[in-house]
Amino acid sequence: MSRFFETAAGAGRCDRAHRIDWSEHASLRMFFLLAGRLRPWFSGMAVAWCLAGMVLGFVVVPVDGQAGEISRVIFIHMPAAWTSVFLYVVMVFWAGAGLTLNRRLPGMIASAVAPTGALFAFVALWTGALWSKPTWGTWWIWDARLAAELALLFLYCGFMALQLTIEDARRADHAGAVLALVGVVSLPIIYSSAPRWNTLHLGPAVSLTQSPGLGGEMLAGIIVMVIAFCMYSIAVSLARVRCIILERERHAEWVADTTKALP
Amino acid sequence: MGRGYDEGLAVSWGGWSEFLAMGGYALYVWGSYAVALGLIACEIVVLVLRKRNILKHLGRGSATVRHTTGGRG
Repeated sequence: MSRFFETAAGAGRCDRAHRIDWSEHASLRMFFLLAGRLRPWFSGMAVAWCLAGMVLGFVVVPVDGQAGEISRVIFIHMPAAWTSVFLYVVMVFWAGAGLTLNRRLPGMIASAVAPTGALFAFVALWTGALWSKPTWGTWWIWDARLAAELALLFLYCGFMALQLTIEDARRADHAGAVLALVGVVSLPIIYSSAPRWNTLHLGPAVSLTQSPGLGGEMLAGIIVMVIAFCMYSIAVSLARVRCIILERERHAEWVADTTKALP
Repeated sequence: MGRGYDEGLAVSWGGWSEFLAMGGYALYVWGSYAVALGLIACEIVVLVLRKRNILKHLGRGSATVRHTTGGRG
């Protein structure tokens, strides 16, 4: 008799702990299928916009007489920097949504965005260093944007490292969201506290508003590349969120049913 | 700023070697583009492998998933 009660109590506890939320399963499945359908379109647009941007950057835009051919780095440097900041905003939005709504999908999206954000933050720093060396004679300087971009890269890496070290996916999402939100507070402080007089940016070769060398074609090339990087980021994030859903939900019945139908 | 700007509008390059030389900045310009392209290519390859891996193990059942996660860690 006591044994019966024990198992019954155990089963009850088990049921509460692993309560199946059917609406959450349905939304995960729907998002998985939607992401799979949208991903090729964004990949195609990323390739098309990137080709257009490269034609603009290397063929249409004339050489900047003052700075020389080195200024062609601008077509990945600025778009990469902007995209890394956009992606951080996107990541914080979804991480915060996961924290407040207590759903799983937003946290998965935030985790899917982080590696691509880190990639673009690194590309922005790398191309900036390669641009800076022949132009100003230094790879690195502690100016506001460089410090903020480096902090951004560390925040992305910290977010990913934190999630890797925490076994439980929900707790990993919560911890990552807190870190991402702390980053939102700290980035403007870093940006505004770095020395203003000591900067490589806003010089005549780079400034959007004052430079005589930065013509309409160059601005168009930069904007086209921003769109290309955003399309790429969406495509890659959609592909990655599909992997994350499959990995985390691999024991769910809908996953077995849905993946069986995949080509 | 005026000279290069006016000349370059129609065709910017005299030939492939001039294009590759990037006005003496080849190492810096191509170093930037190569690293960006390389990282993007790596990200895509990693994603393709990740998806292939998870689909393979979903097809074989949960026993294999346990086995592989043990092997990876």
